[in-house]
Amino acid sequence: MNDTTSHVSQSVDKIPVTVLTGYLGAGKTTLLNRILTQDHGRKYAVIVNEFGEIGIDNDLIVDSDEEIYEMNNGCVCCTVRGDLIRVLQGLMKRKGRFDAIVIETTGLADPAPVAQTFFMDEDVQAKTRLDAVVTLVDAKHVVARLKDSPEAEDQIAFADVILLNKIDLVDDDEKSALHSVLNHINPHAIIHETSKAEISLEKILGRGAFDLGRILEDDPYFLTNVHDHHHHHDHQCGPDCSHESHAHHDQTGTHGNLNTIIHDPTIGTVSLRAGELDPNRFLPWIEKITQIDGPNILRLKGIVAFKDDPDRFVVQGIHMILEGDHQRAWRTDEERSSRLVFIGRDLDREKLERTFAACAI
Amino acid sequence: MTMPTIANLDTGTFTEWAGFLDGIPVFADAQGFIRVIEKNERRFDIHNGILCAKPAFDGKSLLSGGEDGKICRTSADGSSEILYQTATRWMDKIATGPDGAVACGSGRKGAIILSSGEVREIEVERSIEGLAFAPKGMRLAIARYDGVELLWVNTKNPNQFLEWKGAHTGVMFSPDGKYVVSLMQENALHGWRLGDNKHMRMSGYPAKVASTSWSYKGRWLATSGAPAAILWPFAGKDGPMGKTPKELGGMGKTMVTRVCCHPSADMLAIGYENGMIMAVRIDDGKIVSLRRDGQGAISTLNWDRSGARLAFGSEDGEAGIIEIS
Ligand SMILES: [Zn+2]
Ligand SMILES: [Zn+2]
Repeated sequence: MNDTTSHVSQSVDKIPVTVLTGYLGAGKTTLLNRILTQDHGRKYAVIVNEFGEIGIDNDLIVDSDEEIYEMNNGCVCCTVRGDLIRVLQGLMKRKGRFDAIVIETTGLADPAPVAQTFFMDEDVQAKTRLDAVVTLVDAKHVVARLKDSPEAEDQIAFADVILLNKIDLVDDDEKSALHSVLNHINPHAIIHETSKAEISLEKILGRGAFDLGRILEDDPYFLTNVHDHHHHHDHQCGPDCSHESHAHHDQTGTHGNLNTIIHDPTIGTVSLRAGELDPNRFLPWIEKITQIDGPNILRLKGIVAFKDDPDRFVVQGIHMILEGDHQRAWRTDEERSSRLVFIGRDLDREKLERTFAACAI
Repeated sequence: MTMPTIANLDTGTFTEWAGFLDGIPVFADAQGFIRVIEKNERRFDIHNGILCAKPAFDGKSLLSGGEDGKICRTSADGSSEILYQTATRWMDKIATGPDGAVACGSGRKGAIILSSGEVREIEVERSIEGLAFAPKGMRLAIARYDGVELLWVNTKNPNQFLEWKGAHTGVMFSPDGKYVVSLMQENALHGWRLGDNKHMRMSGYPAKVASTSWSYKGRWLATSGAPAAILWPFAGKDGPMGKTPKELGGMGKTMVTRVCCHPSADMLAIGYENGMIMAVRIDDGKIVSLRRDGQGAISTLNWDRSGARLAFGSEDGEAGIIEIS
């Protein structure tokens, strides 16, 4: 694992980068223009991959061809975006020009290589930090998108923040169905309903979603599951329903239609909880899991209580990239418990639960 | 070697290139200015942002590519012409060759500009990550994902593709034209011997290689990418195959960011991440300090033709000339 011995790096002087994903027509450009034109006194550099199609009102816009580079280790999930490495290096030569960077990806872009670039390229990592992946979803058309494109699902699964945009175009039934779908794919993202991508910017910028110092802090799943969540199979899933994958209760009919809505129903979440863990079991376990199942793991995040360790240990990962560090001391009012979430494809819940449980003391 | 004297200047931003044109010190910065230092400092506004710069083969002008999509040729008298221009894209790759040839790249598109003014546009499947003319100028190497394309400059013969899986982020020919060497995303160099396309793997770097330089007579390839300059032997007929490289100028954990071999002696200048500069003799590793340290990492180093002066620049704008004699 990288940096297990060092402290959580306070990345104050690194330029924050926000990644906007979402299908064409979901409202990315509208949101981008809101970011750029609101009177916040901050200057942005914008990187786009679909230049010319749309009007973006900014001094510093860089267009680049999407270039996915597999790292030469024979692994299909270890990818970076070569175009972003080049453009970010160029931008950082004149860093006084802007306070933050926004990357607008194409509608079909896979967010993983974009995110991995910030952890796998040493030059990018030295000067910038990934703030959050913000995914725009077109409330009216997302269901159709999910049927025909795995990219749409990846973008939702990968998101830290989801804007359920054009919400004014759907009725209440559709709305609650949409929340069920989004929660099914990614119960750990914060969902905001918007129309015309109207949102206060602090909800999407400066999130620190990849900051080990803030890991799982804003996680809606864990926030609403502070006390044991009693899952009623006959409940109606609404906007506040934020439990994990519904696959286990779709027999009841509540979510019986999910598998027909989603193109690839194999995507889902496994959330694990335990008390204190043995570091000599947990650290090799998490390394091994990410090595073996890395291609299927989109994101992982966790807070761990190690036996006899006064500090919280935090981890995050993208595919096979794993970052872990001591974060801060456990507070006396905190329960020393361990929480870990995996978002991915074909996750073997039984195996993860069993092997994770074996790390407990 | 006696104590060097240093003349300093401040470009105020990332120094893209520091060197000599016709013996006159010239500095190009990321903002887009080119400074010529004679009795006075003269500053010319060439680009809205310079992304890459290389001296012409004859050493009389500087070719630069910018955020403004332009390729410019600037002489030591400050006169400048636009050789090529694209609409809106960043022009971030450039190479110069014999007879005034220039190649440039921006994403998957690029161009070869000959001294006759003839422009040949090129397009490759994957983004152009690096460009280099062969010593005689007949071929142009293009580094891209999964290998290096070798394009014939004057004919339409199909490209030769030197394949090696992975992202190649830069490329060069050896001075004798027998080898092509690429820089790779994963902290390694990859080489091909053109006679038989034999592969050479040069790995073991703790960081990406950003700077390379061929020593006098092409006996060594010096590189950055480690807390010492790494020199691969190219004198024998098998190049560095099966050989271990020399490590010179190690200063604890301080990373080497630039290397530049002396034009007429087996010696090289090494720039470090803390702004320090050393001169090191290749034979015995004897070190002479040329600059103690500074604000930012050394981003460019170039000798003049005689090897009596060394121009340097750093990422934060500190730049200057070191006189050795
Ligand atoms: Zn992988
Ligand atoms: Zn439910």
